[in-house]
Amino acid sequence: MMAYIARRLLQTVVILLGISFVTFILLYLIPADPARQIAGRSATAQTVENIREQLGLNLPFYEQHMRYVGGLVQGDFGRSYLQKTEVSTLIASRLPASLLLMAGAITCELIFGLTMGIVAALRRGSRTDDTLMIASFVGVSAPQFVVGILLLYVFAVKLGWFPIGGYGTFAHLVLPSLTLGFLGAGWYSRMMRSSLIEVMRQDFIRTARATGNGRAKVLFRHAMPNAILPVIAMIGIDIGLFMSGIVVVESVFGWPGIGQLAWQAIQRVDIPIIMGVTLVSAFAIVLGNLLADLITPLIDPRIKLR
Amino acid sequence: MPTMVAETARSKDNRTPGVLARLLRRPLAIIGFAIIVVVVSAAALAPWIVPYDPHEQFFEGLTIEGAPLPPNSQFWLGTDLVGRDLLSRLIYGARTSLIIGVVANGIAVLIGSLVGIAAGYFRGWVDTVLMRFTDLMMAFPALLLAIVLAAIFTPSLWIVAMVIAMVNWVQIARVVYTETRSIAERDFVTAERALGAGAGRILFRHILPHLLSTIIVWATLGIATTVLLEATLSFLGIGVQPPIPSWGNIIFENQTYFTSAPWLVFIPGAAILALALAFNLVGDALRDVLDPTQQGRH
Repeated sequence: MMAYIARRLLQTVVILLGISFVTFILLYLIPADPARQIAGRSATAQTVENIREQLGLNLPFYEQHMRYVGGLVQGDFGRSYLQKTEVSTLIASRLPASLLLMAGAITCELIFGLTMGIVAALRRGSRTDDTLMIASFVGVSAPQFVVGILLLYVFAVKLGWFPIGGYGTFAHLVLPSLTLGFLGAGWYSRMMRSSLIEVMRQDFIRTARATGNGRAKVLFRHAMPNAILPVIAMIGIDIGLFMSGIVVVESVFGWPGIGQLAWQAIQRVDIPIIMGVTLVSAFAIVLGNLLADLITPLIDPRIKLR
Repeated sequence: MPTMVAETARSKDNRTPGVLARLLRRPLAIIGFAIIVVVVSAAALAPWIVPYDPHEQFFEGLTIEGAPLPPNSQFWLGTDLVGRDLLSRLIYGARTSLIIGVVANGIAVLIGSLVGIAAGYFRGWVDTVLMRFTDLMMAFPALLLAIVLAAIFTPSLWIVAMVIAMVNWVQIARVVYTETRSIAERDFVTAERALGAGAGRILFRHILPHLLSTIIVWATLGIATTVLLEATLSFLGIGVQPPIPSWGNIIFENQTYFTSAPWLVFIPGAAILALALAFNLVGDALRDVLDPTQQGRH
């Protein structure tokens, strides 16, 4: 087990190196000239040239990449071109907001997704089941920016229950979490439903019922512990979806997390920040997948981690 | 004797009617189909059915104060910030969504299937190289990648389609890979190889037909993902560029006025939702119908 985790972490390093390389190539191809961007419109050609030299932008790109990776090994993500701050500091200052939003979103996903999934599974084939499954389809098909603006319009503008955007209190957290959770709830409810139906078919559930246990007890003591594992594994895989979602949702709600940081950096071609956020997101995605893989043998002991 | 065989075959046929017939027994699939038919016909007939030119800015399309008009008898879905007819723009926007949905997703499915089949069948270094690259792409935050790609190339309709294809091929590659591997190990493939069949014959005559249902299901579901991604990129202002109308960029152009002119955001938003929903419904029904292991609603 430990050996497995160690090997996976080593693979993670390789994947991150690969991602840094691919991102580097892509950013190298962007037609905008970062040196010119930093120097400003009125700068002389000489100033621009100096900046280029200083940042090593005149080097061939593999040398630039070597320098970047050299820095990474020492925990140095480089400096933002425009804000003149360490990228690691910027990301560290934005990360708590994104993690908070992520916690809120996962809470929403689980509350709505699991409830919908359990109810649908128990009332399988009924009108309730159909309605809930249509709702879950709507959840996975709704564009997040439209859901965000709709929630803002109804609950902030019309009803005035929540602030229109920004960050700080619990009330600020509700709408963006719901927006992100709406999509996830769709996936989780379908997952929960099929997983619970699968478990409820098993012999041990029938035995539990036959030996005089009540419905609720069988559901929560016997069925759920087994049925919920695939759903938890899903949280790990879900992180990729979440990382895409925060760029949009943070920009709609003015939430000061890494999604907004990345989006602003992309608009200003602030390459070190784009690199940093991409790597941090990729790291989160790889960790999430590792989590999902570690849960798999718990679901089915026949599956061996290799 | 031969008649009997033929008869059994026919009676078996009767028990399993065609895919289309089985699809049309599912109410959700019918809803999905209906939406797709409406959107496709609107897009195809756009020049003949639009009430107005989608680019024309109407003087009477704005109030005296210069605000857009809400839905009314002259402009059925209202007008946008510069007095253009929203319905006409929406109908032309359907073209954009469908073109990108079909082209981008088609390319993604093609790349994904080729990568998956090649890696799954040939194994060895082909497998290692292709699948490690796929793993790498899986770890890429998809939207960030799409945004960076869109920033590199000046976005046009076709570039946006390419960007989406480059992001979306990954998942289908994984699915096709896993399935190709398991099919390639089955006895009939070994037998075929023992009989001297070449890789081309095995791949196209024996493996591809088995993969077809998986590919069809993923291709349908993929259109939903593609439509949503195009809308998101256009909403961020880096997708399809105005003046070409797209449902995403209509929202992008008008989003700051969502409190005073909510129809400009929510009507195109509903269109995006409806189209993505339609492909998801049909894709899901196809999966149930085509995959015998998941037969029936369990």
